[in-house]
Amino acid sequence: MHPLLQRIQQTFSVGVIGLAEWRGDMAVTVSRDKLHEVAQFLRNDPGMDFDYIVHVSSVDWPDDEERFEVVWEFYSIRKRHRIRLKTRVPESDCIVDSLTDLWKGADFMEREVFDMMGIRFRNHPDLRRILMPDDYTEGYPLRKDFPLRGKGWRDTFDFLDEVPR
Amino acid sequence: MAFEDQRTTIYKINPEHPESETLPTLRTEELLLNMGPQHPSTHGVLKVILELEGERLVKSTPVMGYLHRGVEKLAEDGTYHQFIPHTDRLDYVCAMYNNFAYCRAVEKLLNLQVPERAEYLRTIVAEVQRIIGHQFWLSAQALDIGAMTVFFYCFRDREILLDWFDELCGARLTTSWYRIGGVERDLTPSLIGKLKQFLDYFPPKIDEYQVFLERNRIWLGRTKGVAVISAEDAVNFGLSGPVLRGSGVDYDLRKYEPYSAYPKCEFSVPVGKNGDTYDRYWIRVMELYESVKIIRQCLEQMQDGPIMADVPSVTLPPKERVFTNLEAMIQQFKLFSQGFDAPPGEIYCGTEAHKGELGFYIVSTGGGKPYRLKIRAPSFVHMGAFDHMARGYMISDACTIFGTYDVVMGECDR
Repeated sequence: MHPLLQRIQQTFSVGVIGLAEWRGDMAVTVSRDKLHEVAQFLRNDPGMDFDYIVHVSSVDWPDDEERFEVVWEFYSIRKRHRIRLKTRVPESDCIVDSLTDLWKGADFMEREVFDMMGIRFRNHPDLRRILMPDDYTEGYPLRKDFPLRGKGWRDTFDFLDEVPR
Repeated sequence: MAFEDQRTTIYKINPEHPESETLPTLRTEELLLNMGPQHPSTHGVLKVILELEGERLVKSTPVMGYLHRGVEKLAEDGTYHQFIPHTDRLDYVCAMYNNFAYCRAVEKLLNLQVPERAEYLRTIVAEVQRIIGHQFWLSAQALDIGAMTVFFYCFRDREILLDWFDELCGARLTTSWYRIGGVERDLTPSLIGKLKQFLDYFPPKIDEYQVFLERNRIWLGRTKGVAVISAEDAVNFGLSGPVLRGSGVDYDLRKYEPYSAYPKCEFSVPVGKNGDTYDRYWIRVMELYESVKIIRQCLEQMQDGPIMADVPSVTLPPKERVFTNLEAMIQQFKLFSQGFDAPPGEIYCGTEAHKGELGFYIVSTGGGKPYRLKIRAPSFVHMGAFDHMARGYMISDACTIFGTYDVVMGECDR
């Protein structure tokens, strides 16, 4: 196992659910209540030093008990390593701690996750839709149960009958 | 900061003014101004709500999504090969780099090795695209600020390279030339000759662009000390590319996580120190020289060899065989319609595009389609820092700041 992952496991014996290393990418899955604590450790610990936020993303697993997975990816410019931090959220209580206080760049990225997947972020300064219109009420487009062709206004179209020639 | 000082002086002057009591009460309120979505300097369709105090920006809120086409949703519905043309439409002025970043991500997912000649070809074309991107940026930024001549000079030279792309793959902008495991076709002797000719022609032209700007008092006044961001903030916001390097952080994935033929080339990464618009301009111009250097080295080092990895379950057969051989045609058809069986897992792969770090995060559950595909678009991340960087500057500087990010809304909204 990579020494970084070992160190995370030693420091957080309770909160860390899973550690993975695949194709050179490292991933840490933590429980939702420990997320902010682990993120703070990743940001401030001199051995970790993850100062750069790469992206925030989300994955929908409709068959799982805890349906959504929120993914943060960090990079350390001084130490030159990369890590992925993941946590799971159930659909009934779709809220997770925001990391905007640690990485300011998380602001827009978390807004996008909220917009596309409907996951709310606790303590986010300005949680609004970002890509879809503010008054969009048809749901969250990247959820797996959202049809690819969209829904709502297209169903109201009238189709013209074929004109006989 | 300069802005703080000026603002306090404005407030101080009024109460101490000898006639301040006799003056009628002035109506003061913050003014809201919509900039865009049809403003020419917003590079597409971006709206920013500016809160103004006089002519100074107090707060700016970008309103995005006018060009949102749901590319990430579309990706979940098509095979890996079918998504390549969609990547062209992300950053439509620099399609090659999007293809490159996407193909690299899929190759990382499949653990696929690309032949050496293909790596060189990819590097050459990516650097040509970087030149086009920076020329486009320079012309647009200068035009936004009011220097129109540079625009014509840049576009004159950009045209040569776009024609070169046209000869290479049949399209000037939406190229789709990269393939998973290699590239679509090789450079012909005519293309290599034209490229070499361009490399000799181009460096004096870069000097020419600079003549218009280096000693232009208006350009200097509007770029020096405008939109300053400190290195610490820039890293915290996740900025990348020239915008981050302008603040003195030498983060460049070509050096930090070398890929393709970059480790075999010698080049330097220009780094600024003031973190202002001028430094970011300087970095991009210097990168033009570096790109020329990289292309030259690649052309020298490149050896003959295959341009596509030979893994029939994943990579496409050569085009000549598709038209003459039944098995090859079936292989091509199946790869495009059903796709290949990708291993389950998840990867992130970042590539240094000319705007910054363009990354793809792919989650696969096996099968021919990605389960989830997330695009880490540099323009989107840069817009997140807009409010921070614009605060305290003038309205007219807002145009400069859009320009300095090199924002393209196709990529920002996806």
